[in-house]
Amino acid sequence: MKKKIASAPYILWMALFTVIPLVLVIVFAFTNENKEFTVEAFTKMGQFIPSLIKSLKLALISTVICFVLAYPFSYIMSRSAEHVQRRMMMLIMLPMWMSFLLRTYSWMTLLEKNGLINRFFGLFGLGPFQMINTEGAVVVGMVYNFLPFMILPLYTVMLKIDKSVIEAAQDLGSNSFNVIRKVILPLSLPGIISGITMVFVPSVGTFMISRMLGGNENMLIGDLIEKQFFGNMYNPYLGSAVSLLLMVIILITMGIINLFDDEEMEGMMI
Amino acid sequence: MKKVASRAYVWLIYLFLYLPILVLIVFSFNDSKSTAKFTGFTLHWYTDLFRDRDLLMAMLHTLEIALLASIIATVLGTAAAIGIRSMGKAGRSVMMNLTYLPVVNPEIVTGVSLMLLFVFLGGLLGFQQGFGTVLIAHVTFCTPYVILNVLPKLRQMDISQYEAAQDLGCSPGKAFFKAVIPQILPGITSGALMAFTFSLDDFMITYFTNGAGFETLPTMIFSMVRRRVSPKINALSTLIFVIVLLMLILINIKDIRREKRERKQEKRAV
Repeated sequence: MKKKIASAPYILWMALFTVIPLVLVIVFAFTNENKEFTVEAFTKMGQFIPSLIKSLKLALISTVICFVLAYPFSYIMSRSAEHVQRRMMMLIMLPMWMSFLLRTYSWMTLLEKNGLINRFFGLFGLGPFQMINTEGAVVVGMVYNFLPFMILPLYTVMLKIDKSVIEAAQDLGSNSFNVIRKVILPLSLPGIISGITMVFVPSVGTFMISRMLGGNENMLIGDLIEKQFFGNMYNPYLGSAVSLLLMVIILITMGIINLFDDEEMEGMMI
Repeated sequence: MKKVASRAYVWLIYLFLYLPILVLIVFSFNDSKSTAKFTGFTLHWYTDLFRDRDLLMAMLHTLEIALLASIIATVLGTAAAIGIRSMGKAGRSVMMNLTYLPVVNPEIVTGVSLMLLFVFLGGLLGFQQGFGTVLIAHVTFCTPYVILNVLPKLRQMDISQYEAAQDLGCSPGKAFFKAVIPQILPGITSGALMAFTFSLDDFMITYFTNGAGFETLPTMIFSMVRRRVSPKINALSTLIFVIVLLMLILINIKDIRREKRERKQEKRAV
């Protein structure tokens, strides 16, 4: 069959709209307004390092929290009756269909100084606590938005774990802890890896969640990139350089994570 | 005991996911602009919403883009998957890396890179960013998901059916539509559905490629959220939530009916 030709339009499309744009980012990162080659943008990048570190830190914390919350949930879900599973799945997907901006907005109103949570504490004579415009608020926003992306791949792999393997481990004298550590955890590794990827990458690159919940003091790297392209800080050269840095960091991280996984990344797809 | 604990855990997670949405919904009926104190019932914000022409236009744009982008991505991606499947090992690996690039790359980098391309080309060829650029951008990030959904189905496919069809006198084209497409159809539909929903919900990449004046629902929500509190946002969230809920129920209604029948039969059997 001469089917190879079928992918020609796609190759052309990807070359035009994925490869060339990324080449443009690299070109812009190494030029200035006068179209000269320079590494100027990279020397200016020192000011972005604190934001970058903060982005990586908050994304890491969010990923860990998502994992801790999602792991037992996915396990319970995968061991439920089939019709219960379907209903649980639906309830996980439902919020994902609402714009993340709306979901983040709801936390904005909840965490405000006069928001519902503070009013609730007020009933007991506590607070008001400063919750909005803190790092914690950003983490809450990230966990809230990305938790389903951890649950779904975990659930998908756990579904494939044969019940008899777990029973065999129990029969051979494993306690619950060992069953989890020696059987379930290793078998769900592909799901863990895709879950981590699907939470960590969007968390690092976000710019709205941090702006809405973190205020001006918790600018993340995404916010700074956005500011180079819109508004009065316009500087696409610097913006490209930071984007390039972010991309390299993410790709290296993904490369390292995928070393742990010898299967193809298909577990990533829901 | 274990069962009670796991059930409580599941409910806690759902509480976390749905409480903010519930609060949004409740306050969409609130008389005053407060997001923490309910002062009285009104439908005022809903009538406001339907009078907002810009918002209705944005909704229309969102649907148009999502529909077109998912159709183009599905055709492009299915053809590409078939091509990739017939490639040698080296070609396949290059193609897979190309396909994963937009999936793994932070969205903000994809957005920035496409913006650079469109600004560059726009200057060269004299066009503005708008409907066309958003559509191209959406096709670009949707197509990989179609490929990743179709490929596993192609791998499981029984190629002998295609050969048999040809032996029995089908032209290659006819054999393809009669023997290949039906086998990979589940992959195609799930890919198309994924593309459609991702396109509907995309904010980041649209934000960088829409130029001035062309708004989709997410970018519109963004500008509403930036102006901060207006219960109109709550009303909009409620509407979206209800629509999504109804759609999910409609999709699942067949399953639910079948389930009920099966359970009745089980009961009778007992």
